[in-house]
Amino acid sequence: MIEISNLHKSYKMGANSLHVLKGINFKVAEGELLSIMGSSGSGKSTLLNILGMLDEADEGSYILDGVHIKNLSEKLAAKYRNKFLGFIFQSFNLIGYKNALDNVALPLYYQGMARGERMDRAMSYLEKVGLADWASHLPNELSGGQKQRVAIARALASDPKVLLADEPTGALDTKTSYEVMELIQEINDEGRTILVVTHEHDIAQMTKRIVNLKDGVIIEDTLISQNRAAQNV
Amino acid sequence: MFSRDRWSEIIEALTANWFRTVLTAFGVLWGIFILVILLAAGKGLENGVKQGFSGIATNTMFMWTQVASKPYKGMPKGRRFSYDMDDVTAIKDQVPGLRFVSPRNQLGGFGGANNVVRGLNTGAFNVYGDYPEIIQQEPMDITTGRFINYSDINDKRKVAVIGEGVKTTLYDSGEDPLGTYIKINGVNFMVIGTYKKKSQGGDIEEGQKQIFVPFTAFSQAFNRGDKVGWMAITARDGYSITELKENIIDIVKTRHTIHPEDDRAIGNFDLYQEFSKVNGLFIALKAVAYFVGVLVLLSGIIGISNIMLIVVKERTNEIGVRRALGATPWSIRGQILMESVFLTIISGMAGIILATAVIWLVNIQLSGMDTSEMMFLNPSVNLGVVMIALSILIISGLLAGLIPAQQAIRVKPVDALRTE
Repeated sequence: MIEISNLHKSYKMGANSLHVLKGINFKVAEGELLSIMGSSGSGKSTLLNILGMLDEADEGSYILDGVHIKNLSEKLAAKYRNKFLGFIFQSFNLIGYKNALDNVALPLYYQGMARGERMDRAMSYLEKVGLADWASHLPNELSGGQKQRVAIARALASDPKVLLADEPTGALDTKTSYEVMELIQEINDEGRTILVVTHEHDIAQMTKRIVNLKDGVIIEDTLISQNRAAQNV
Repeated sequence: MFSRDRWSEIIEALTANWFRTVLTAFGVLWGIFILVILLAAGKGLENGVKQGFSGIATNTMFMWTQVASKPYKGMPKGRRFSYDMDDVTAIKDQVPGLRFVSPRNQLGGFGGANNVVRGLNTGAFNVYGDYPEIIQQEPMDITTGRFINYSDINDKRKVAVIGEGVKTTLYDSGEDPLGTYIKINGVNFMVIGTYKKKSQGGDIEEGQKQIFVPFTAFSQAFNRGDKVGWMAITARDGYSITELKENIIDIVKTRHTIHPEDDRAIGNFDLYQEFSKVNGLFIALKAVAYFVGVLVLLSGIIGISNIMLIVVKERTNEIGVRRALGATPWSIRGQILMESVFLTIISGMAGIILATAVIWLVNIQLSGMDTSEMMFLNPSVNLGVVMIALSILIISGLLAGLIPAQQAIRVKPVDALRTE
């Protein structure tokens, strides 16, 4: 599904340049639930941004579902993001003045889907994350866990190939974190590929494979036996 | 692009911060309000002043004789001369494009001695010997009876049309002047009509104190022979009296042996030129109104542009999210532009409506008064002006949104997402 080879990225900070990614190689197969770990500054968020086409690599190749991602125009990048990827953020990033349902429907809006169909689809995803009753609530009327569920529903709405989650539990307490991870595991069980960036070990243990990043290189890439979140709740 | 979703997006974004939206809108509202009010006030003033000209054939000149100031062909300078009926015929024949050539004779004058008597009442009035056409060149409302006609001219009837001012001086109130006789310089004339003149530059009092009698009867009664005191000449529509004037004056000069370069021998007053001056004044006034109005509007637009910049800054994160979810740069740009144009148009419409309401109130106030003596009448803006204002609004809304829209997509999605 994802194929990355020899990925380099550096940021210019005034006169200095900060080499963040120093040649990353890895593959992700369809249906994997993978966590990228590392301390802060290890380059995990940068890697995720490049995977999410929000940022571009300086060097190396990135193939997503057979498509070379290189030198995309903003318009094409927007189209690919919409079609291939779903984003889950640490700070949820819901749009404050839109209710839960409209937030979930947003990616479908950018696909150009008709309103009625869009709302039906969005509603079915809200049901899937168990928030159908909260459809008309604004984000600030929801708890942190609920917000993240809405965000997950939104990420799923466009039926993407890959879900990218950047510290999805970073702003949540342990119990809620596990609930969110349970949801992510369920989605993965349905066969969707999910990448989770985290620095929490317990969260990483709930995925099926851990990629450990340090100073811009992969130092460890192991398959593990998954901890089901449901047992911990 | 104009789907229901787009609109609800715009409404949502604008209503997210009511207070700010209203404050921003106020700038544009005020600008368009000023523009419309200024234009309407200018129009009102124009209507009021032009009311004075209403009905007057503005394409008219008046021509009288003065003293020859240059010797010519053996004739000395300082020579007096006067027009005669042959001049009138010559002008009519030789100058194309003239509508009326009215010869006039006159008795009395401003501040003159009493010249009209009726019973025990006397008065000093201007008495004119005129042709019937004069009523189209110097309009007056016939209040009773009739004006002079060609039968009066041909039969040299001693009849008179008197002004309302003459009537109040010579008659008791409630008395009917029609059919009665007045004595002008010792000659009896029968009153056949009364008139009331419209305001003309303020000398309304004087305007009502005139008496019109047939030209031919005047000449005979007061011994003028075929002499003509002065002429009122009106050009046809499509001709300018100012252009024909030279030609007319040249004809008269030749006929009376006046030096061709003697500019002082023939006096004239060109109403058309005066009218053009007044017209020019109003064009200038309109330009000032546009200038001021558009500048005030511009400051409103800059206000909108400013606020949109702040809005974009505030929504950097949201824009990042939208782009992560697949919004193209153009859809972001379009969103900001539409918000800006929508806000501009809505506030502009409110301004136009407010200004129209004010104009409406003013008109209601004015309609209760007699506006015929006022320099202000029926302030209004026509639909064309409103359309111009609206298109200025749309264009300026686009301009106001342009910089913020560009700002919105300049930030890379990843940077936008980092902004909290």
